[in-house]
Amino acid sequence: MNNNIGVEVEETVRDLRQYFKTGKTRSVTWRKNQLKALLNLIHENEDAISKALYQDLGKHPVEAYRDESNIPLVFFPAKGELLPEPLGVVLIFSSWNFPIMMALDPIIGAISAGNVVVIKPSEQAPACSSFLANILPHYLDPNAIKVIEGGGDVCEQVLLQKWDKIFFTGSPRVASIVMSSAARNLTPVTLELGGKCPAIFDYPSDFKMAVKRIVGAKWGVCSGQACIAIDYLLVEEKYSSELIELLKKFMRKFYGDNMMESKALSRIINKHHFERLCNLLKDPLVAASIVHGGSVDETNLFIEPTILLDPPLDAEIMTEEIFGPLLPVITVNKIQESIEFINSRPKPLAIYAFTKDATFKKKIVSETSSGSVTFNDTLVQFLCDTLPFGGVGQSGFGRYHGKYSFDTFSHEKAVLHRHLCLEIEPRYPPWSKFKLEFLRLAYRLNYFGLVLHMVLHMLGLKRHN
Amino acid sequence: MASSKLNKKVFDLKEASTTVKDLRITFDSGKTRSYEWKVSQLKALLELTEKHEKEIVEALYSDLSKSEAESFIQEVGMLKNSCKTALKELKHWMAPEKVKTSITTFPSSAEIVSEPFGVVLVISAWNYPFLLSLDPVIGAIAAGNAVVLKPSEIAPATSSLLAKLLGEYMDNSSIRVVEGAVDETSALLQQKWDKIFYTGNGRVARIVMAAAAKHLTPVVLELGGKSPVVVDSNINLQVAARRIIAGKWGCNNGQACISPDYIITTKDYAPKLVDALKTELEQFYGKNPLESKDLSRIVNSNHFDRLIRLLDDDKVSGKIVHGGEKDKSKLRISPTVLLDVPRDSLIMSEEIFGPLLPIITVDKLDESFDVINSAPKPLAAYIFTNNNKLKEQFVKTVSAGGLVIDDTTIHLAVHTLPFGGVGESGVGAYHGKFSFDAFSHKKAVLYRSFFGDASIRYPPYTSTKTRLMKALMGGGFLAIIRALFGRS
Repeated sequence: MNNNIGVEVEETVRDLRQYFKTGKTRSVTWRKNQLKALLNLIHENEDAISKALYQDLGKHPVEAYRDESNIPLVFFPAKGELLPEPLGVVLIFSSWNFPIMMALDPIIGAISAGNVVVIKPSEQAPACSSFLANILPHYLDPNAIKVIEGGGDVCEQVLLQKWDKIFFTGSPRVASIVMSSAARNLTPVTLELGGKCPAIFDYPSDFKMAVKRIVGAKWGVCSGQACIAIDYLLVEEKYSSELIELLKKFMRKFYGDNMMESKALSRIINKHHFERLCNLLKDPLVAASIVHGGSVDETNLFIEPTILLDPPLDAEIMTEEIFGPLLPVITVNKIQESIEFINSRPKPLAIYAFTKDATFKKKIVSETSSGSVTFNDTLVQFLCDTLPFGGVGQSGFGRYHGKYSFDTFSHEKAVLHRHLCLEIEPRYPPWSKFKLEFLRLAYRLNYFGLVLHMVLHMLGLKRHN
Repeated sequence: MASSKLNKKVFDLKEASTTVKDLRITFDSGKTRSYEWKVSQLKALLELTEKHEKEIVEALYSDLSKSEAESFIQEVGMLKNSCKTALKELKHWMAPEKVKTSITTFPSSAEIVSEPFGVVLVISAWNYPFLLSLDPVIGAIAAGNAVVLKPSEIAPATSSLLAKLLGEYMDNSSIRVVEGAVDETSALLQQKWDKIFYTGNGRVARIVMAAAAKHLTPVVLELGGKSPVVVDSNINLQVAARRIIAGKWGCNNGQACISPDYIITTKDYAPKLVDALKTELEQFYGKNPLESKDLSRIVNSNHFDRLIRLLDDDKVSGKIVHGGEKDKSKLRISPTVLLDVPRDSLIMSEEIFGPLLPIITVDKLDESFDVINSAPKPLAAYIFTNNNKLKEQFVKTVSAGGLVIDDTTIHLAVHTLPFGGVGESGVGAYHGKFSFDAFSHKKAVLYRSFFGDASIRYPPYTSTKTRLMKALMGGGFLAIIRALFGRS
């Protein structure tokens, strides 16, 4: 069985490489046509996309539109001494939580840069994977962009091929496997991972505004199943109850009194993750720290938006990325301690901080390390096309969005033009003291010394051998 | 002081782990992030290079029989310039980059802040053991990292000198040299680094990247390849020949990652080219090049044997048109030119990295591009021509780390050009600001205020909100106005 998949994948890659060699994908016209086709694809298939997302994740259509249909276009021509050129045959792994966006966003970068692409959508979002496999060949050049569907066995075969670039969105565990595979062919990789993204809550802040944004950024985005979703909150002990009350108030406002029935909340992607999340709550000390929610619906794979207050820091819910609708609120004595708290943990993809204190903002930026830092809001850094989007440390490396997408799929080739006239004799052996001195002076850009040196030499006033 | 003591102990996993731990403590203290610290270290590097130039040149002579001129021009001089550039530009490099924001995040301001990765590992090569050790270290320091440098054991005098000098001049709490061979390198590679910068060959690069994959460590791999030179007719042949010779034998006797590896020219022009090369070679190195002090030797007997093996094939040795003399006791091979070796011979499939220069001929020069592109992408590719169309075609179709028109190797010295490979020739780049960038994480920072919240962001979702959202996301200003007034 593996053999068949292997052969198929090998053929696909071979075909793509042939097509790339024809140079078709390097033309400006071709790239622009592909990007236009993608735009049409999204506009003409909004309903189908919504349906697929609802099937896989129970996403509300507005959330789906907001998060998955806003795909920016990029195109950048060459200039000067640095000539960007496509890397060749690229492989994109997309994740299951934003299965359309995480597939199309990198594809756009790859196409703009002139590459041919294989996209391997996550098998954990099968309706979306199917959708992409069916629809992309109708809009995009099927010789240049191909979809390979499947699970672990297909991934294995895919990784056996030689790629010119691999773009991976997903978990650190799989990222390590992908990079190890890439090492066999020295294939450059971009790894877009996640982490425990903290939100620091300083007082005074506009409490209401901040809380609305926090609630929206936790449960309003795929029920917390997002790499840049808020993982946990940090707040000073004395404000924690006020904060929690406000959180509850806005949760009820957005999701109704009976949140288990809310249509505005995504469900958990599958049984495996559902069980994983339920297990996080099984620890009795963790369960005891629940101050809101905690109900689960196994049939519908639904978990109620849940708030916990100070669960034990060594429990899994505080050591692993949650990626779900559970929000621990961690209290500290002074809010400045948040910095140390965050620094003692792996670097996250994003840090959020709600504060009006300019000094504290400076400290957060200079003393913590993360993919990005956003003040007084959440998630929007994803929309800012002029900002690179990517991680550091455990949250990954490489970046994309806007021009960075183009760059990440390009090789920047250095080109130097010289002339065959204008020769400098001292450049060549046999070496003599004269030549050496000349070069020393030239290196120091000591033009006067250079001229003097030459004049004296010519007048025979300086002797060299 | 501390580094030389370390050499006497066995550098095993425990030592490697302790080293990283120590450096991490220093890094976490924030010491290496200040402008003052970086300047002090860069100045220290400059000082040690200037004060100890003689010892450096002697070490390079001991390791490679490198001439004083080459050592000065290509290693010491370049390193000093690199230091000076970093000192001059550091403030500018460190400044956050303000970026524009769009209406989707209005009101907001944003910037990109450069921050060090943390504790980084630089693994250097043997052919330019001084330059290739310290040039990346300059980037690491400028970006504010703590660094471990592992010089190549195949250039032991330079390795030892680096350990001694860096121990004396640099901040030992954040910059360390670890000497050794495979065992020591393996011990280092098992640690968790925040970045690894490797210069060397493809085989070891794969080992380095696989080790990095375990910790999700980003890497820069500066490798090599077969850098081709395309030579057209109707050119100033004397100058072209000189530049080819300077790039080949004038760069550590062909043992350089960007040395011209082989030449492609037309069948008609080849004899002229061979003559020009012979003439200029004699000018440069005299009638007895095996004795010339201006040529580096082959680094060791392993590489000497490897190069002799390339000539062993009858179908290859018969194609020697110049040179071919050797002296094993002195590890010397004279500048050797070959004409029309078989394309499938070993000398045409492996990176030569030595003083042998095969010339391949084609009927028409356009064919050279296919020859080049059918092989793994090299670190550099060169062309000598007056034909503008050919230049354009070359630049467009040949994929390599860097290209030079009408010269060889010199792009290495241009600090505004990124120096790095693609495909088999490597990943990432450095030199000048690119060095700073290679060792920095570019953190995106977005400042928003509490003013201007849009309720459309939040549930419950209504059709009005949906319309407005669509307009905001892709519609442009007019669409937003329309949506606000209830139309879409």
